[in-house]
Amino acid sequence: MKTVKSAAPSTDNRWRIVDAAMRRLGFQPHALIETLHVTQETFGFLDEDALRYIAATLGVPLSQVYGVATFYRAFTLKPKGAHHTCVVCTGTACHLKGLPEILAALEAELGLSPGGSTPDGKAALMTARCLASCGLAPAAVFDGKMVGNLTSATALKRIRQWVEHES
Amino acid sequence: MALTEHIIMRELEVPTIADFNVYLQHEGYTAWRKALAELAPGDIVKMVRDAGLRGRGGAGFPTGVKWGFLPKDVKPRYLLCNCDESEPGTFNNHQIIDRNPHQLIEGVIISAYAIESNTAYIYARGEFATAAHTLEQGIAQAYAAGLLGKNILGSGYDLDVYVHRGAGAYICGEETALMESLEGKIGQPRLKPPFPAVEGLYGKPTIINNVETLANVPRIVLKGVDWYRSFGTEKSPGTKVFSLCGHVNKPGNYELPFGLPLRELIYSPEYGGGMTDDRPVKIIVPGGASAPWLTGEQLDLTLDYEALAAAGSMLGSGGVIVLNDTVSAPHVAYKMDEFFKHESCGKCTPCREGTHWLVKVLHRMTEEGHAHPEDIPVLHSIYNQMAGNCFCLLGESAVMPIKSALALFPEEFERLLPAGMNGRTNGKHVIELQQA
Repeated sequence: MKTVKSAAPSTDNRWRIVDAAMRRLGFQPHALIETLHVTQETFGFLDEDALRYIAATLGVPLSQVYGVATFYRAFTLKPKGAHHTCVVCTGTACHLKGLPEILAALEAELGLSPGGSTPDGKAALMTARCLASCGLAPAAVFDGKMVGNLTSATALKRIRQWVEHES
Repeated sequence: MALTEHIIMRELEVPTIADFNVYLQHEGYTAWRKALAELAPGDIVKMVRDAGLRGRGGAGFPTGVKWGFLPKDVKPRYLLCNCDESEPGTFNNHQIIDRNPHQLIEGVIISAYAIESNTAYIYARGEFATAAHTLEQGIAQAYAAGLLGKNILGSGYDLDVYVHRGAGAYICGEETALMESLEGKIGQPRLKPPFPAVEGLYGKPTIINNVETLANVPRIVLKGVDWYRSFGTEKSPGTKVFSLCGHVNKPGNYELPFGLPLRELIYSPEYGGGMTDDRPVKIIVPGGASAPWLTGEQLDLTLDYEALAAAGSMLGSGGVIVLNDTVSAPHVAYKMDEFFKHESCGKCTPCREGTHWLVKVLHRMTEEGHAHPEDIPVLHSIYNQMAGNCFCLLGESAVMPIKSALALFPEEFERLLPAGMNGRTNGKHVIELQQA
C-alpha cells in the first residue's frame, strides 16, 4: 500500500481528514471523486493547492483532477461565502407547482436571486435541475435538509430565521 | 384495486421495515439464507429469467437474460447497482432506500451471488447524501450479522458491498458513464460494444441493474416464480413503483401491478386522486422526461412496456408527469430541453450543440417572445439532426420533448410566431430546410 508521498499544502489540521479519506481508499486513482467530496466538505471549496495535492497523492494527472472537479456539479472551485445555503429544485414538477412565485418572493423580499446571496452574505441561493423529489414539489434543500411542498411564505420564513439568528 | 400485498413498497404493510431488526422479523434475509443453502448461482439466474423480471431503470430489458450475457470463467466480475436516479419526474429509488433499504441490500447481495461476483458497488447520486448514509448503515448491519463479508454463513462465499457517492451529473445514470465515474473519471459514456457484461468496470465483466430491479430479487427467490407472475401481465410480470407528479391531487410513489390503465393511476382515490381543480389532462409524460408525450385522450392506455411502446411512447423509469390544460406545450418542451442541455456531457457534437440550439430557439420563442419566422422548421431540423446520431441516449432523449410538442401541439408554436407567419410552417418548408 502506498503512503502519503507529498506534503500537505499547509499545516492546517484539516488536511489530516483528507489524508485519512485517501488512506481509507488505498490511495487509488478511483478514490478521486470521494476525496474531492471529503475535501470540499472539510474546506468548503476546492482551491488550486487542494487539486495539486490530491493529484500528487493519488497519482492522477492534474488535468484529470481539474476535469473531474469542474465536470460534476457538486464541486466548486470558489468559496460559497455564505453561512447558509438554500438549493431550490428547478425541475418540471417544481416549476409547475409554483417555483417561479417563490423565486420572485425571495428576490422581492430578501434581494436573493439564484446564484446570489443575501446582501449581508449570510444566505446563498442555488439551483438544482431536479432533486428527484417531484412528489414533494416544489422542493428545496435548506442546509442539507430536504423541505417539500414549499410556499413563498415558508421559504421566506426559513431564510429570515438564518439571517436574523446570525445578526 | 390497490395491491393487498406489495413487492417493493412493503413499508405499507410493515411501516417500520426500514429498521434492520424489523426487516429480519418480516422474512428479511430469508431469501439470502435460502439461496446460500439450497440454490446454485445458476438456479437464481434461471428463477429471475423465468419470473420475467425486467429492468426498471428505463429500457425494460429482461434481467435474467442480461445476467446470462456474462462470459464464462472470466473473473473478477462486478455487480453495480445504479442509484443515480436523476430523470426528471422519477423519485422512486430515493423512496425505496429511505423506507425499505434492507430489501435493496439483500437484492444486491443475492444478485451478486447469482452472477458469481465477489464485489458489488452501489452508485448513489451525489445529492442523495442521506440515502448513501442509510445504505452504508444497512450494509454495516449486514456485515455484523454475518450476512456479508468473508465465508458468509459458512458457505465459503465472499462478498463485499461498497457505496460510491456520485457528484451531481445526470449522465452518470448511463451505465458506461457510471463506470467511468466509479473509476474516478469524468462521467462520459463509453463506446459500445464492448458491452459492460463483457468489458465493464476496470475492464472486467460487469452487470448494472437499477435499484428497483434489484429490490425485486429477494421476493422472487423467496416466494417463487409463480407467485411473482401472479402480478402484472404475461410480458410485463410483477409490479412497478410509479412516481406520479404534476397537476394531480396526490402526487407520490404508487406501486401498481403492470397492466392497469393510466386513468386509474391518475384518478383513483387510492393513487393520484384526480386532477387539481378538476381541470382536464393535456399532456402525460409516462416514463420520465425522456419519454415521448401522450395526451389526455390516451388515458385508457395500460401501464405496461408493450402498450406504451405500441402507442409510440415508453414506460421508461415509471416517472409519470401529468400536466393540465393551463400549460403551454412549447414552454414545457423548453423547460425539459433546458435540463438536457445542462446535463449534456459534451462528448458528442449532436447532443452538445443540438441541445444548445434547441434551448436557444425555444428560449427566444417562449421566454423572450421574439420568435423568428423560420423557428418552427429550424426546430424540426435540429432534432432531426440529433435523432439517431447521438453517442448515448441522453441526446436521443432530448429529442423527445420538442418532437412530441411539435407533433401534438403545432398550433401553439405557430401562435408564438410573428403575426402573419403561420403559413410558413408547412411540411414542405421543413423538408427543404433539411436538405439545404
